[in-house]
Amino acid sequence: MTVSRRDFIEVSTAAGAGLLIGFRLPARGEVPTVSAEVNAWIQIDPDNSIMITVNESEMGQGILTAVPQIVAEELDADWDLVDARHADADRRFGFQGTFGSSSIRGGFQQLRKVGAAGRQMLLQAAADRWSVTPTSLRTEKSVVYHDASNRRSTYGELATDAAAVPPMDDPPLKDRSAFTIIGKPMKRLDTVAKVKGEATFGIDVQLPGLLVANVAHCPVFGGSLESFDGSKAEAIDGVRHVVELPDGVAVVADNFWAAKKGVEALDIEWNEGEFATMSTDAMRQHCIDIVGSGAEARSEGDVSAALRSGATRVSAVYDAPYLAHATMEPMNCTAYVQGDRCEVWAPTQTPTGAHQAAMRITGFPEDQVVVHNTFLGGGFGRRSLSDYVEDAVHTSKAVGVPVKVIWTREQDMCAGYYRPMVYNEFDAALDAEGWPVAWEHRIAGGSIAGSSGRPMRGIDGTSIEGAANLPYAIPNIRVTWAHAQFPVKSHYWRSVGSSQNAYVTECFLEELAHAGGKDPFEFRRHLLEHHPRHKRVLEVAAARANWGSKLPEGHAHGIAVHEAFGTIVAEVAEVSLEIDGTPRVHHVTCAVDCGDFINPDTVKAQAEGSIVYGLTAALFGQITIENGRAVQRNFDTYPMVRMRDMPTVDVHIVTSGDPMGGMGEPATPPIAPAVCNAIFALTGEPVRSLPILKG
Amino acid sequence: MPTYTLSINGQSHTVEAPGDMPLLWAIRDLAGLTGTKFGCGIGQCRACTVHFDGTATFSCQIPVSAAEGVEITTIEGLSDEHLHPVQQAWVAEEVPQCGYCQPGQIMSAVALLAENPNPSDDDIDAAMSSNICRCGTYNRIRKAIHRAAQEASR
Repeated sequence: MTVSRRDFIEVSTAAGAGLLIGFRLPARGEVPTVSAEVNAWIQIDPDNSIMITVNESEMGQGILTAVPQIVAEELDADWDLVDARHADADRRFGFQGTFGSSSIRGGFQQLRKVGAAGRQMLLQAAADRWSVTPTSLRTEKSVVYHDASNRRSTYGELATDAAAVPPMDDPPLKDRSAFTIIGKPMKRLDTVAKVKGEATFGIDVQLPGLLVANVAHCPVFGGSLESFDGSKAEAIDGVRHVVELPDGVAVVADNFWAAKKGVEALDIEWNEGEFATMSTDAMRQHCIDIVGSGAEARSEGDVSAALRSGATRVSAVYDAPYLAHATMEPMNCTAYVQGDRCEVWAPTQTPTGAHQAAMRITGFPEDQVVVHNTFLGGGFGRRSLSDYVEDAVHTSKAVGVPVKVIWTREQDMCAGYYRPMVYNEFDAALDAEGWPVAWEHRIAGGSIAGSSGRPMRGIDGTSIEGAANLPYAIPNIRVTWAHAQFPVKSHYWRSVGSSQNAYVTECFLEELAHAGGKDPFEFRRHLLEHHPRHKRVLEVAAARANWGSKLPEGHAHGIAVHEAFGTIVAEVAEVSLEIDGTPRVHHVTCAVDCGDFINPDTVKAQAEGSIVYGLTAALFGQITIENGRAVQRNFDTYPMVRMRDMPTVDVHIVTSGDPMGGMGEPATPPIAPAVCNAIFALTGEPVRSLPILKG
Repeated sequence: MPTYTLSINGQSHTVEAPGDMPLLWAIRDLAGLTGTKFGCGIGQCRACTVHFDGTATFSCQIPVSAAEGVEITTIEGLSDEHLHPVQQAWVAEEVPQCGYCQPGQIMSAVALLAENPNPSDDDIDAAMSSNICRCGTYNRIRKAIHRAAQEASR
């Protein structure tokens, strides 16, 4: 392999022929160094096909298309010849994880540079072949042209020669006005496989001799396995093994149905622990008890004095429930532990986490553990954990054959790692003109950092994001957070802290607008004087929704704006109420400022999907706890927005020229407050707890 | 264990299974056709939709013992060399995100269009509301169904 002097690019001839460009994408927070190894690859084959290996997880957000778009643009490749695949876990990637709406923001400039370096190598190869200068050549759609002599050569024809050309230090990048792929609605590369049923998700992995397992875990949070009798399970036709796991029991069978029946036949004694009598009501009471003792996350001015001296005082309590991710593909993983080697096939947002879990369980060094990523049937944060990977590795290690662990929907929904349940108290004061002068927000709730098992000090940043950075110009602001410690595990749920904090802050702000006799849009606009991006997005959403225009009888608009992951989104929901009070969301107007973007159709698709995800939670979503366990177990008790519930959705991209923001999550937070604020307008009653429909 | 002979996508599969095994798992684990998905196991999400003599059916709710003598079509049986017109409409509208529910969505849509070649929005609501999509592609599914209907009427 020819290693260049470059700090992040190396080149070789692909197996036999063609060009393989390896390059390094920096890990989170990493500064690339000369010694860094490559961790991503572009392969150009003599048949002109281009395969780009993507170091991110495709869970619907379009990353397996967006990364190739960036590379192909600067490579000047023919998009029809480009394909992409998932990378395996590899420490050379640094920490591999796809979350925080960060993939494109992190890799954009580096990916451009790599594509441009590849193009320069192909140009040089053509120049050498024709004895001309590279500057006399041009490229277009995977072909190099020498117009003066009317010669042309495809990238495939040049690839093997190009592999011998040292890559340029700092290849010239295209002027953005010349982009034909970046910023354009290119067709997703994974669509055809997905409509044919050919995309391999984790649950679809097939191997010779593969057995299937189902696993029982303690239904009570914080509980553990006491003892079990597997004899009835073993008697079931097709059941091969019953395996004790550190925190449960696996039944391994010829197929999933036998494994599931085996789990149902297990006699298990659980040690249910101290939490066995806990309920949502008792947990909420605990939050009330501790909310006054919270740590200060933000303090400006003198809130207490301003509350006393204000003309109008407004107070409210807001509740947000636990939420399950409910990915369409239930948690699953395939593992094969044999001899001194472990191979894992996981639909994971964190190949590194899966790799480390498998190393920890097997005790094998990292080069004896291989983790393959598959397509993910939804992620939403849930698959950035590795608990289901641990099940598979433990089970295969015990039985010595390849095992695919599949959880039932009920096991998936009851396993925890929910969006935390949060209790909020608000006190605010308005001046005589109806403008807010004081805002106190006291939060008590579970913590994601606090349920990770690692010791936690201070404030969990994910609990206050979207609350402590309230953008409105209010002179006296105080935000506090108290950690309610429950054994119900919590984790990132699409848009994380913003998912609950946009709801509570944007709804309470709406109460202030009403109390001050102000139009909710104008009220926000006035208070966003120092946040021009917020203000502009809000104005675009209001204008596109015809805010203030006459709506059909019984309809009302609600509005909300929120920033998450560097992207600002405003949404206007048009809502009416059925005779029984059930809200009907007719239309959502969404304005997005995500800075630069790669694929406008993907931006719109992510906004559409985020709105459905947030609307589902706002209308129906709650996991409640009784006797220490989750009450909701499947889609019959944890309902989803369906086709008949769907509003029409318009997404407007506001181009600002500002730095790139994320796009996988930020359109989720504003929908709940937008809908609730419309209901407030219709009924005169604020919606102070979710879900709107308690079921 | 009893054996059952299933006709899936025109091919005969003899499977050994307990009679109460849902058709879904016979298709996935015994016939090895993984395009049909498991989502809930209780007939709530329709990720498992197949055609049962042409009718869209939850395969997680049909015991394998009831599936003999019936022509079963799965997503793998929908297209040969060329995509089925409904699949083409799905591609044209860029419907899938994660894609996991889409085989079930497409099987439901194909059955709807076979029965009702020009469905209204209300018809689509009625036929497609059994299928859950967690990525929220519903509006694109609606457009793709209208597109497929229009293409077919040309």
